[in-house]
Amino acid sequence: MADYKEIINRYKDLPGGIIEAYHALQREYSFIPEDSIAYAAQVFDLPLAKAYGVATFYSYLKVGERGKNVIRICESAPCHVAGAKEVVNALEKELGIKMGESTADGKFTLEFCECVGQCQATPVITVNSKPYGDITPEKIPGILAAYK
Amino acid sequence: MAEEMRIVLRNMGKIDPLKIEDYINAGGYKSLEKARQMGQEALMEEVKKSGLRGRGGAGFNCGMKWSFSYKVQSEQKYVVCNADEGEPGTYKDRTIMENDPQSVLEGMAICGYAIGANKGYIYCRGEYPYVVDILNQAIAQAKEKGVLGDFDIEVRMGAGAYVCGEESALIESIEGNRGEPRFKPPFPPVIGLWQKPTIVNNVETFANIPIILEKGADWYKSIGAEKYPGTKVVTLTGDVNNRTVFEVPTNTSIRQVIYDFGGGIRGGKKFKAVQIGGTSGGFIPESMLDTPIDFDSMTVIGAVLGSGAVFVMDETRDIVNVVARIAGFFEHESCGKCSPCREGTKRIHEMMEKLDAGQGSGGDLSLLERLGTVMTKACLCGLGQAAPSPVLTTLKNFNSEYQAKLN
Ligand SMILES: Cc1cc2nc3c(=O)[nH]c(=O)nc-3n(C[C@H](O)[C@H](O)[C@H](O)COP(=O)(O)O)c2cc1C
Ligand code: SF4
Ligand code: FES
Repeated sequence: MADYKEIINRYKDLPGGIIEAYHALQREYSFIPEDSIAYAAQVFDLPLAKAYGVATFYSYLKVGERGKNVIRICESAPCHVAGAKEVVNALEKELGIKMGESTADGKFTLEFCECVGQCQATPVITVNSKPYGDITPEKIPGILAAYK
Repeated sequence: MAEEMRIVLRNMGKIDPLKIEDYINAGGYKSLEKARQMGQEALMEEVKKSGLRGRGGAGFNCGMKWSFSYKVQSEQKYVVCNADEGEPGTYKDRTIMENDPQSVLEGMAICGYAIGANKGYIYCRGEYPYVVDILNQAIAQAKEKGVLGDFDIEVRMGAGAYVCGEESALIESIEGNRGEPRFKPPFPPVIGLWQKPTIVNNVETFANIPIILEKGADWYKSIGAEKYPGTKVVTLTGDVNNRTVFEVPTNTSIRQVIYDFGGGIRGGKKFKAVQIGGTSGGFIPESMLDTPIDFDSMTVIGAVLGSGAVFVMDETRDIVNVVARIAGFFEHESCGKCSPCREGTKRIHEMMEKLDAGQGSGGDLSLLERLGTVMTKACLCGLGQAAPSPVLTTLKNFNSEYQAKLN
């Protein structure tokens, strides 16, 4: 795995590039390592509080550990009425964890999210940002199998 | 039977979006050339005359907005394409960018020429990494062909904050800050990105520009509603047979959108409500379905066209439950900068959950109404101002649903 310093350094000349750097960290680790924030603050010449402030403002960014594969379930109104709840139940059952938790082997994390712009096929989940639409509880094991 | 009219989506399914040659063969980049020949002022006059109004929700005359930036003397100006598309139920900007990215780039370059900017940014939501790839490929091809001239375009990614669709919050986010809206005035066309004059337009707005120049302002103005001419790309969701994307003239009625394009209600059920414009839009009852979808007609019935999302609910849907979920969305998305929204969205959510659980009283309904009314006036940005709209419009148009759930 690439060192977080090296990843952040790639963006140091980009004006306002801290968010792009955080995205790059997440692509590598699936989360933003806590230690990397102090380094980002230094590279972008920001107070530590501000570097934290940015990292924690955005719901797509997650500071601290998270599973390798991040599964997000859209709970916006169109997905809500299309049965997002049953999908949540099926995912929790399949992985043996609750929403917001990660599996013990570090492979999966379950999160809620708002609309991901795939509402022609509600309900929708994403795995590492890849969308899967028209989800039914029966489809869950097949989708997860590809990431196990 | 109403018919689709593809202006913005004219190339959808006809060209390979990742081949700039296809776009050029279909007449692409001729409008940019034409724009440069017209000169800045005549160009802006033409766009103004077409009557094109922003497709991102606020409905401001596009050419007029450009002229504000044009008039400011500054060695650096920016063009920003708002591709944040955070409004639940909306997927039209994604559809445009996936099917015809070059039309957006061309629209941005024309704007750049008009106002005197040589740098553009596309702020694309973080949930669309696959669209970011398409855009970057399209930009690389345009640079290679040299069609953009000295106009440079860079893609920046959002990171899952709905408020960053608001133009000044978006600008903060490009600058690498928390996405909190700025106090206005000054407005971005005068003082925007890095304090420079900045035009922020929606993806669909930019995609309209090349064809307006190709066919002329008069042609465009003759389409759809008189005061909001052209077409609108709408996205259907919820209990309709065809949950899909359509482009229709703006004088199309809501009923035509739901029944002619949406194919009516699923499973032979009856219609109950439709929410247009995304999650901050009003809830519309059957009696108002003959309203045209254009900006001003929607305002008259206390609703909005917004992003053009059309969320249909059948007779079995529990309105109070849906509004409670929406209230949760706003509590989550409030940026916290101003207290009427930070506290208000939280209290509205609390009361809606209570009502949904059958534990609310008549007193809660009047409190909701009062709080909602205050928020529409006192909140700093459009998020807080529009957040109570689903509550207020359902209290008005679907009051019996609340009454039936009172304790
Ligand atoms: C909370 C909030 C969210 C918004 N989200 C978007 C969005 O996702 N896309 C968009 O184009 N405009 C959005 N807007 C409107 C923008 O502030 C701005 O009016 C628009 O980008 C201007 O472009 P236009 O004139 O082409 O419509 C939002 C506004 C608010 C208050
Ligand atoms: S209205 Fe809400 S989102 Fe807008 S500035 Fe105030 S707290 Fe932030
Ligand atoms: S509402 Fe769930 S993807 Fe849009």
